[in-house]
Amino acid sequence: MMIEELNEAAERERDRQNQFEDRILCCTVAGCHSCGSKPIRAAIAREIEAQGRQDEVELCGTGCLGLCGEGPLVKSRAANAIYARVQPGDAADLVAGRHDILTSKRVDNLPFYAGQHRLILSNSGVADPESVFDYIAAGGYGALSKTITEMEPNEVVEEIKRSGLRGRGGAGYPAGVKWELVARQNSPVKYVVCNADEGDPGAFMNRSVLEGDPHRVLEGMAIAGWAVGASQGYIYARGESPLAIERLTTALQQAEREGLLGHRVLGHKFQFRIDLRIGAGAYVCGEETSLIASIEGQRGQPRPRPPYPPERGLWEQPTLINNVETFAAIPSIILNGADWYRKIGSPNSPGTKVFALAGRIVHTGLVEVPLGTTLRKVLFEMGGGIAGGHQFKAAQTGGPAGGCIPSEHLDLPLDYDSLRTIGSMMGSGGLIVLDSTTCMVDMARFFMEFCMDESCGKCTPCRAGTVQMHHLLHRITTGQGTESDAATLEELADLLKETSLCGLGQAAPNPVISTLRHFRGEYIAHIREHRCPAGSCEMRREVTV
Amino acid sequence: MDSIVRKPKIATVWLGGCSGCHMSFLDLDERLIELASKTEICYSPVIDIKEFPRVDFALVEGAVANEDHLHEIHHIRERCRVLIAFGDCAVTSNVTGMRNLFPLQDLMRQVYKDEASPSAGIPSGGVVPKLLERVRPLHEVVHVDHFLPGCPPSADAIWNLLMEVIAGNPPNEPRRFG
Amino acid sequence: MKVKTLEIDGKLVTGGPEETIFQAAWNNGIRIPRLCHIGGLSDIGACRLCLVEVEGQNRLLASCLTPVEEGMKVRTNTESLRRYRKLLIELLFAERNHVCAVCVANGACELQDLAMSLGVTHIRVPSQLPHLPVDISHDRFGVDHNRCVLCSRCLRVCDEVEGAHTWDIAGRGRKSMMVCDLGEPWGVSQSCTGCGKCVQVCPTGALFLKGKTVGEMRKDRSFLNFIVTAREKHIWIR
Repeated sequence: MMIEELNEAAERERDRQNQFEDRILCCTVAGCHSCGSKPIRAAIAREIEAQGRQDEVELCGTGCLGLCGEGPLVKSRAANAIYARVQPGDAADLVAGRHDILTSKRVDNLPFYAGQHRLILSNSGVADPESVFDYIAAGGYGALSKTITEMEPNEVVEEIKRSGLRGRGGAGYPAGVKWELVARQNSPVKYVVCNADEGDPGAFMNRSVLEGDPHRVLEGMAIAGWAVGASQGYIYARGESPLAIERLTTALQQAEREGLLGHRVLGHKFQFRIDLRIGAGAYVCGEETSLIASIEGQRGQPRPRPPYPPERGLWEQPTLINNVETFAAIPSIILNGADWYRKIGSPNSPGTKVFALAGRIVHTGLVEVPLGTTLRKVLFEMGGGIAGGHQFKAAQTGGPAGGCIPSEHLDLPLDYDSLRTIGSMMGSGGLIVLDSTTCMVDMARFFMEFCMDESCGKCTPCRAGTVQMHHLLHRITTGQGTESDAATLEELADLLKETSLCGLGQAAPNPVISTLRHFRGEYIAHIREHRCPAGSCEMRREVTV
Repeated sequence: MDSIVRKPKIATVWLGGCSGCHMSFLDLDERLIELASKTEICYSPVIDIKEFPRVDFALVEGAVANEDHLHEIHHIRERCRVLIAFGDCAVTSNVTGMRNLFPLQDLMRQVYKDEASPSAGIPSGGVVPKLLERVRPLHEVVHVDHFLPGCPPSADAIWNLLMEVIAGNPPNEPRRFG
Repeated sequence: MKVKTLEIDGKLVTGGPEETIFQAAWNNGIRIPRLCHIGGLSDIGACRLCLVEVEGQNRLLASCLTPVEEGMKVRTNTESLRRYRKLLIELLFAERNHVCAVCVANGACELQDLAMSLGVTHIRVPSQLPHLPVDISHDRFGVDHNRCVLCSRCLRVCDEVEGAHTWDIAGRGRKSMMVCDLGEPWGVSQSCTGCGKCVQVCPTGALFLKGKTVGEMRKDRSFLNFIVTAREKHIWIR
C-alpha cells in the first residue's frame, strides 16, 4: 500500500462498515475469552443467519471493553451500548436490535466508563483487532504516514520530547530523552524493542493492548524506527499470553502484506521489519538487559548498566526499548501534536495511563484515565468501591516492585512523582486493591516469595537475600518472629535495594519497605502479640527456639 | 568497690562439640598459670563442680544440640555477664550442625537401627537427653556478646580475646572460621 | 596512551584508559574485596563485594566493571560499604553448606579469607541447608556443590581460556547450579578436556583435586598470569 492509498483504504472500509445497520462487537481479550465469549460470538453468528440479517448486522471481535470481571462483554454500535454478562440467549435480542429488553445488562452508563479518557484503548469497542483495515478505518497508520512524509526524524524525536510522554514500563523515564539518546548514536545498525514481558501479578494492561489493538503498537514502533534510525524491531512477548502472540502474528502478517511494514514502508524509502520473540516466562526478562540477553538467545539474566541499551544494547548496537503502552501512545501524539497531549494528565506526567483494577474491588477491569486522577476517583467512583462491604486498607501499585498506598493517601494524584513521594511507584499500571481482611505482612511475604522464585541467581544479594527475607517474613506471619528478625529484615531490605545488580533485586524489598512504613503496627502485632490484625495469618501456637 | 578488687570469674562450658576447643584452651600451657593468677576459673569440664556459679565471662564451646544444652545455655546466660561463643560449633553449629540436613527421625533410625542391629532401640529420652530437631549456634538461642570462631580457635586467639575482654576492650584481632 | 587521574579513598592515582576502578585501586595498593573477579577473566559484577561509592553517582557501582574517568572521586571502604560486604558474606555462608572445619580448602579459601578480613565473626541469618550433590565421577577432579558460591569463575575460565565451555549454570535463583555440559556427570563430559583450570580458579573448596583431604587443597593460579601475559603482551614467560 502506498501512502496515497491509505486514505482510500480507510474510506473504503468505513463505507463498508457503514452499510450495516449495526455492528456487534464481542470483546475478544483474554478476560472475556476465559468466561465464554467464544460461544456467545458463535450464538450471535447463528442468530444473524437465522434472522437473515447478514446484510444489516455485522459481527466482529474487538479489544478490551473494560469490565473484565463481568464478561462476556458485547457492544452494539447502533445502540452505543455495552452489555455485561451476556448469555447465548441474549443473541436473538441483540441481533434483532431489541435493546430495550437488554437494558438490565447495560453497563456503559456506569461511572466506570464516564471517568475514562481513552487514547490507548480508543479502538476498543470500535475496531476488530484481527483486521488491519479496521485499524486503518479508525485512522490507523495515519501517524506513520504523516511521520515519514512530513517529518524529519529529529522532528519526531522533538515532538515526543515536547509531549512529555514518560515510559510506561514503570520507572517513568522521559521517552523523548531516550529516543534522542538512540537517535544521536552514530551507528548504521540500531534496534527498536518493544518490552511486552508484562509479568507483575495482577497486571494485564499490556496484554490487553496487544490482544485488543496490536497494530497500534506496531505503528508506534515503526514511528520510533523512523525517529531513531532503526530498520529492525523486536517485540518480546510472554509465552504465557498465547492470545497476544496470535494477534501479533496476525497483525504482523497483515502489516507486511499491506506494505505497512517491510523493506519499503508505505512505498517510501524506509525499511522497518518487526519480529516477534517469545519469552519463556522469566520475570527478570522484563528487565531490559535480561530481555536483550534473552532475544540474543542467551540465558535471561541482567548485565550491569552502564552501558545503557541506548548506547550498547541488542547485539552491542544502540537499542531503543520501550513498553507496549509507550509505543501505543505514540500514534495519537503524532497525529494530534505534543501540545494537545500535554494538556491531558498532570504537568509532569502528561497523557493517559491504563490501570488494571484487581483485588477486592467491585469492578475488576481495565480503565484508562488521565494521569493525575486521584486514587479515590479510580477506586471509589469508577471501580465501584470495595467488594463485600469491607473497609479499604490499601492499594498495591507496581506489583512486586512497587509499594502500597494507604487510605490517608487516597486523594493523591496518580502520577509518577506523587507516588514516589509516599514510597510507592507507578509501575506498569497494576492496581491491586486490599481490604481490611488482607494482612499486609502476608502480602509482603507473597511478593517476596514471587521475587525469590523469579530471581535469576546471578548476584548474591538478590539470589540469597530474597530467600532470607522470605524466611523472616514467613516466621513473622506464623507468629515465630522476633524483634531482631524485624531488624534483620530491614537490614536485608537496605542491602538488596542498594547492592543488587538489576531492578528486580533492587525493587524486591519495596513491598516490605512500604508496608513497614505504612503498616508497621501489623508487624508489631504479629511479633509481640502473636496476633494477625487482619485475621488472615495462621499463628503457630508453640514457638520454637 | 568489690568489683575493683576481686578477680574476674571465668567459666568454660562444653555443649554439643568435640571438646577440641577445650584442648586448644589447655594449649595455653604456661599461660594457664598467668590466667589463673589474673582470674578465677570457677567452672569448667576440667573442674569438679556441679552448679554453675555466677561468673563474669563464660566461654561456651559447642552448639545447642539437645534439651540439656538448651536448658543449660539459658541458665548460663542468666548467670554470666559476658557470653563468648567459643569455637565454630558454638558460632555456626559447624560439624555438630551437619545433621541438620536430615530429619531427626530418619537420622535416629539410620544410626540406631539400619546401621546397628534391627533389634536395637531408638533412645526415647529419660537418661539420654532428647535431641533437638535442629542444632543451633548459640546466638540463635541466646544473646552472645563475643564470637571466637575457629575449629578450634588457636591458643593464641583464645588468649588474645580473653585478655581484651577482661580488660574491657572490644576484641579486635581478626578471627577466622575453620 | 591517555592516562586518567582520579582519587580513590583520598589518594590521587592514575589509571590507563582501559582500566577499571578495581584495577586502578589494586595497582595502587588499595585492596577492594572481590569474589567473582579474577585477573585474566572477563568481569560480570555478580558478587557485589567490589561495589564502591563514586561521587556524583546515586548508585553504588561495581568497581570491576566501571572504567576509570578523569577527576573521579571514589570511596572503597566506607562504613556502609563495609556493612553491606559483611552481610553479603554472611548470605553466602548461609546459602549453602559451608563447613570450613571439614572442607578441602580450609585455610586456603577466599570466602574464609574475606570473612576474616571483613570482620565476619558469625552468621546472623539461618543456614538454608540445601540438599546438594557431590560429583566425583571425574577421574581426577571433584565438585562439591555445598561449597559453591556461584561466582562462575569456572565457567569463564573454561569458556574464555580453555575454550571448552564445559561448565554452565542451570536453574534460576536459589536453584542455580553449576553443571557440566547439559547436566551430565563430570566424568562422562564429552567437552571437558581435563585441564583442571576450573579447579585452580575456584575460590572455595567446591572444585578440588581428588585425593586431597581436609585443608590440603591449595590452588595454583600462575597459569592465568602466564596466559594473560602471553595474550596481551605476546611474551611467553613463566
